[in-house]
Amino acid sequence: MIRAVIIALGFVAAWYALVAATGVPHYILPGPARVAVAFADNAGFIAENAAITFLEIVLGMFVGLLAGLSCALALAMSRLLRVWMLPLIVASQAIPVFAIAPLLVLWLGYGIASKIAAAALIIFFPVASAFYDGLARTNAGFLDLARTMGARKPLILLRLRFPTALPALASGVRVAAAIAPIGAVIGEWVGASAGLGFVMLQSNAQMRVDLVFAALIVLAAFALIFYAAIDRLMTALVPWDPKRIDR
Amino acid sequence: MRNPLSLHLRSARLVYDGVPLFENLDAEFAAGRFTCLLGPSGVGKSTLLRAFAGLAEVGPGAVSPELPRVAWMAQDDLLCPWLDALGNVTLGASLRGEKADLAKARDLLAQVGLADRAGAAPHELSGGQRQRVALARTLYEDQDVVLMDEPFAGLDAPTRWRLQELAATLLAGRTVLLVTHDPREALRLGHDIRVLAGRPVKLGPVLSPQGATPRALDDVSLLAMETKLIGEIADGAA
Repeated sequence: MIRAVIIALGFVAAWYALVAATGVPHYILPGPARVAVAFADNAGFIAENAAITFLEIVLGMFVGLLAGLSCALALAMSRLLRVWMLPLIVASQAIPVFAIAPLLVLWLGYGIASKIAAAALIIFFPVASAFYDGLARTNAGFLDLARTMGARKPLILLRLRFPTALPALASGVRVAAAIAPIGAVIGEWVGASAGLGFVMLQSNAQMRVDLVFAALIVLAAFALIFYAAIDRLMTALVPWDPKRIDR
Repeated sequence: MRNPLSLHLRSARLVYDGVPLFENLDAEFAAGRFTCLLGPSGVGKSTLLRAFAGLAEVGPGAVSPELPRVAWMAQDDLLCPWLDALGNVTLGASLRGEKADLAKARDLLAQVGLADRAGAAPHELSGGQRQRVALARTLYEDQDVVLMDEPFAGLDAPTRWRLQELAATLLAGRTVLLVTHDPREALRLGHDIRVLAGRPVKLGPVLSPQGATPRALDDVSLLAMETKLIGEIADGAA
């Protein structure tokens, strides 16, 4: 925590020094003081839009997780699905979300739905592939043991393969938490009437670079806090994860 | 009262990488006795054991009886890291969708000396303690046939010694087949010892050392037997 504060202070100091030393005009790179003023003057406006972006991230995360989880489960359960769907899912990753974001806006409108879809799409693959890998890599010894015990197949999936896949799933969810904000902001950039991405785009067009920075800092802080919260949650959920035991 | 079964092998055949490892292998492992199957690595002794568990194939109808359930213990303790010791002991019940008999599980943990560790997670236990939990889980299954694949191979000598003692005591009266490459373990635990070695692989005659198990191994005749067994395994491996 102390380290984080020192890093942040160091960053602000370097930023201040850079602006003071080069004398770069404020409409190219505003100093920390100017950004702070812009932030204070527009606190309500920024907060309003931040709340919308935050909602998009959380809902996008929820939808993407749900879709990724069910997809991985379906793939693990059915060989037919694996053979036909797995190549398709991998191939779908060749299309960047950035490229289809305008389509999402066309189909789902300027509102929050297209941003949730963008965030969900961007996290779908990391979640699905991490969880599927985890399910597929159940220790063969466990499966042997289960067979000698006369275990029922659905219960093997639920009580053996699912928990063994949890550490892998947790890694996928951590990645998702880191990139979900990107999805939401991409959605806002291609067409929105609210949100931090919208604030940045609009302020940029009006040469209000200080406001762009203010929104950017709020977004970065949000993303960090969101990631830290998810990381904590995953660690609490999977206490046997070797990552934690090694600490 | 327990009514144990004997295990039969008829014309068992194992092909490994296109080369037959053994063919026409016949054997009977006596009911209610602790049999140690001894041999160098790579002779297919684990595969034989797995065949009795329904986990491997050594020819059509080669193993009988075909058991729907056995008690199985491997070298890896295979404890589920998300369950505590008690949950691991009752894993079989949970995977069959049965209600777990917690009193029985606690009693078994007490028998393996872990009465006060029922709530411990596997990563909080030592290697020896983990294998004790695995033994309790094996006992919880309460099967007439118990199959063990080098269950104590990964443990240090004193821990292995104590666990062998527990296994000999707690598994008495069941048909136990234990695979090992350690002649000393076989002599300590086996009512009967069979050596699986040679090329092509053959099953040696039944060796039944004197004395009740677990044997202390302080008898000169046992040491002589150990030397002889090591010789047989070494010849088989060459």
